[in-house]
Amino acid sequence: MSYLQLQGVEKTFGAVRVIKGVDLQIEKGEFVVFVGPSGCGKSTLLRMIAGLTEIDGGSLMLDGRDITKLPSSKRDLAMVFQSYALYPHMSVFDNMSFALRLANVDKVVIKQKVGRAAEILNLTQYLDRTPKELSGGQRQRVAIGRAIVRAPKVFLFDEPLSNLDAALRGQTRVEIAKLHRDLGATTIYVTHDQVEAMTLADRVVVLRDGQIEQVGAPLDLYDNPANQFVAQFIGMPQMNIIDTAALPAVSTVAGEVSGHDGYIGVRPENVVVRPAGEGRLSGRVDLVESLGNNTLIHANVAGSTAGGVQIVAAQSTRTQLHAGDAVGLDILPSSFHLFDRQGRTVGRAPAQAA
Amino acid sequence: MKHLNLIVHTVAAWLATLLIVFPLIWLVITAFKTEQQAIAIPPELFFTPTLESFAEVNLRSDYLHFARNSVITSVVSTILGLAIAAPAAYSMAFFRTKKTRDILMWMLSTKMMPAVGALVPIYVLAQTAGLLDSLTALIVVFTLSNLPIMVWMLYSGFKDIPGDILEAARMDGATLFGEFKHVIRPLAMGTLSSTALLCLVLSWNEAFWSLNLGSSKAGTLATLIASYSSPEGLFWAKLSAASLMAIAPIVIVGWFSQKQLVQGLTFGAVK
Repeated sequence: MSYLQLQGVEKTFGAVRVIKGVDLQIEKGEFVVFVGPSGCGKSTLLRMIAGLTEIDGGSLMLDGRDITKLPSSKRDLAMVFQSYALYPHMSVFDNMSFALRLANVDKVVIKQKVGRAAEILNLTQYLDRTPKELSGGQRQRVAIGRAIVRAPKVFLFDEPLSNLDAALRGQTRVEIAKLHRDLGATTIYVTHDQVEAMTLADRVVVLRDGQIEQVGAPLDLYDNPANQFVAQFIGMPQMNIIDTAALPAVSTVAGEVSGHDGYIGVRPENVVVRPAGEGRLSGRVDLVESLGNNTLIHANVAGSTAGGVQIVAAQSTRTQLHAGDAVGLDILPSSFHLFDRQGRTVGRAPAQAA
Repeated sequence: MKHLNLIVHTVAAWLATLLIVFPLIWLVITAFKTEQQAIAIPPELFFTPTLESFAEVNLRSDYLHFARNSVITSVVSTILGLAIAAPAAYSMAFFRTKKTRDILMWMLSTKMMPAVGALVPIYVLAQTAGLLDSLTALIVVFTLSNLPIMVWMLYSGFKDIPGDILEAARMDGATLFGEFKHVIRPLAMGTLSSTALLCLVLSWNEAFWSLNLGSSKAGTLATLIASYSSPEGLFWAKLSAASLMAIAPIVIVGWFSQKQLVQGLTFGAVK
């Protein structure tokens, strides 16, 4: 049996089902990330595991024990909140040692454990301060420290980086990844940021409308999305989705997908920009985004619908193109994702070449 | 112009204060007069202070008996009130429902009815229970009549505490009691102490129910004061002396804790 097991977990608020029967197995030591757009129920699901929100149906097993109805205080889980939720009236040391003090752990042991956690997190010199006297990043580290001193069965992170500025977010992300590598603790991490999901996770759980859309290793989701939603949610910039009805020409590109009726997905890095007149598709540049290491070219290809079809190409070289220029486009062979009219993946054409 | 404004405001504030405090000052002065000096017209402002009235009050009535009753009723009703109001305010502040607002309004609305409207039923209830002229009856009535204010004050103090912090405490292994002891109590100390203080004062000063439910055995200091306004006429000096003895303890308590009281009452408004 798995370490943490969710079986048909349900939540209803009034008449609304917000979590619709979630089944999930998490192994010991795994780093699992819940990702999805806002309102998909990822935080609710985490709070249900934490015991802060009641589970209305199904069961939750941890390490062979049924904890579905157990109060948070008895579940042996630690949580890092988005707002940090530090105790404002306590020093950093007291914040970090609170759980151990409640559990009547010996004072010497507490000092030792907090000392070690503070060292790992570079907080040693701040132990006597109150949270008010710390910067956002330091508060975040105290919140993480509060969780790790206890050595709980599972760490829960609820969008822990969303209150930090971009630079600090990247830095803390790396720290969390290292921390997980060193401690090897089972972790569930909630985020709406797919970059965090891709970089941190052993496995990513993509949620939508209270249901799991797909579970898998980050690159597995990237290469083999189960449906159009996952395909577009994972990957930045987003996958191009082309309606075959709007652009019949795309079906004939390389002859790979002829006869497919539905949607065709192509990742921007698989779209190649050619000089005007070359390439199987021709279009006009709408917008050029130069990111330095990366250049995004938004092109409009005339199709059977009034506005044409938007296709984004990503390339690692710089470009002289400007909005309004005519370009040709090619799509690399074997890079198509085929979706039916309901958005389900019906295949790749042909199966990915080596 | 700004300077003038300040002067006007200062003068107005002093006048208002004087107006409020004057009766109290007059009471203190009168308490140290003889009965003749007390009713003299025009009032004598310069006189030799005497403790005559205090001595007479002490001779006629057992001050300590009434004081004891006042202390017991106000302290016990405050503790009981806190024990009931704190959990109520906790659940309303941290587990709000659509009806929370309505319940709070309903609680407050009970304070809008004049006490005399409930006199007969409560008197009959106390009589049937054999609790007339008992401290128990007064404690119950004080507790119940203070509850709405206590719940309101605690509620408004508690709801300024972020719910996340309580959830964090729960995740750290705190039980409901631990949550209250380690997180709510220290964070809401101002609210808790000012609520307790206000209820102590209200119970101490309560006269209506003390007079009607507990005239002799369970009489509080309020009944002691009242006993000096007799049909034969008022004895101003003795009445003042008795009043001064009755209010002195609570004034002293209030003086030392006025910081908490002000902080608690303006909680939320300042923040």
